[in-house]
Amino acid sequence: MSKPALGWCYQERIPSDLDVGHATIERLIAALEVNHWEGRDLFHIQLAIEEAMVNAITHGNKQSEDKVVEVEFRVDPQTTYLRIKDQGAGFDPDAVPDPRDDDHLECTNGRGVMLIRELMSEVHYNERGNEVTMIKRREKASESDAEHDSDSEES
Amino acid sequence: MSDRRRMVVSKVGDLAVVKFSDRKIVDSANIEEMGEEMFSIVDKDKCKDVLLNFEGVEFMSSAALNKLILMDKRVKGAQGKLRLCNLRAEIMEVFTITRLNRVFDIKKTEADALKAFGL
Repeated sequence: MSKPALGWCYQERIPSDLDVGHATIERLIAALEVNHWEGRDLFHIQLAIEEAMVNAITHGNKQSEDKVVEVEFRVDPQTTYLRIKDQGAGFDPDAVPDPRDDDHLECTNGRGVMLIRELMSEVHYNERGNEVTMIKRREKASESDAEHDSDSEES
Repeated sequence: MSDRRRMVVSKVGDLAVVKFSDRKIVDSANIEEMGEEMFSIVDKDKCKDVLLNFEGVEFMSSAALNKLILMDKRVKGAQGKLRLCNLRAEIMEVFTITRLNRVFDIKKTEADALKAFGL
């Protein structure tokens, strides 16, 4: 299940319990830190998985003891892959009003779905809308720094 | 001021200054409690002007943002003013992405916020 030297893989079916969900997220964060994820990227992943986990447990499974949440995490130093699937009816993410619209700016729903889309490099929902797959690629700070250095030398 | 578990509230003149107890504002029960404790500043303590100082807060989810939106509505309903300060860069980015920086009056430091309150 785990390959610490090359990355970290984790697959589990967890109960629809927010405490268990948060404990699972803490394991993910520990793995991200071991794989040198930090700062802004780490924050983005942490917020995206928090929103997806809460959505799955509370909106998807409605915290039912009879339902589980399937999680799959794959973390290496360059890419983080996260998949969360609940046993609810699913939803249409495109039908959620954009909370950035002036008319919805002070509404208290839909912000999690929008944040996931904005913070991750790729986001896919299955057709039923009860599974979200999120991918984060590390921002190439070193390459842009190198280009910057090169520009400086030319000038 | 009443005893609160999720925050410490102090007074600067008529202004209520809130500092949060949690480094990460994610736990659902804690967020509910945080909301009730914030709302009571307006409803019970009858403070109109409130400053939320996020010093030490490293992470918060959209559920916590929702409580801030509800708090803003409460303060506006009491004809008061809500300001936020000391948001770390990553949390400030969330406010920008969600455009909530247009809803809230956000100051960089507590000193800047107090000045905006005329203190």
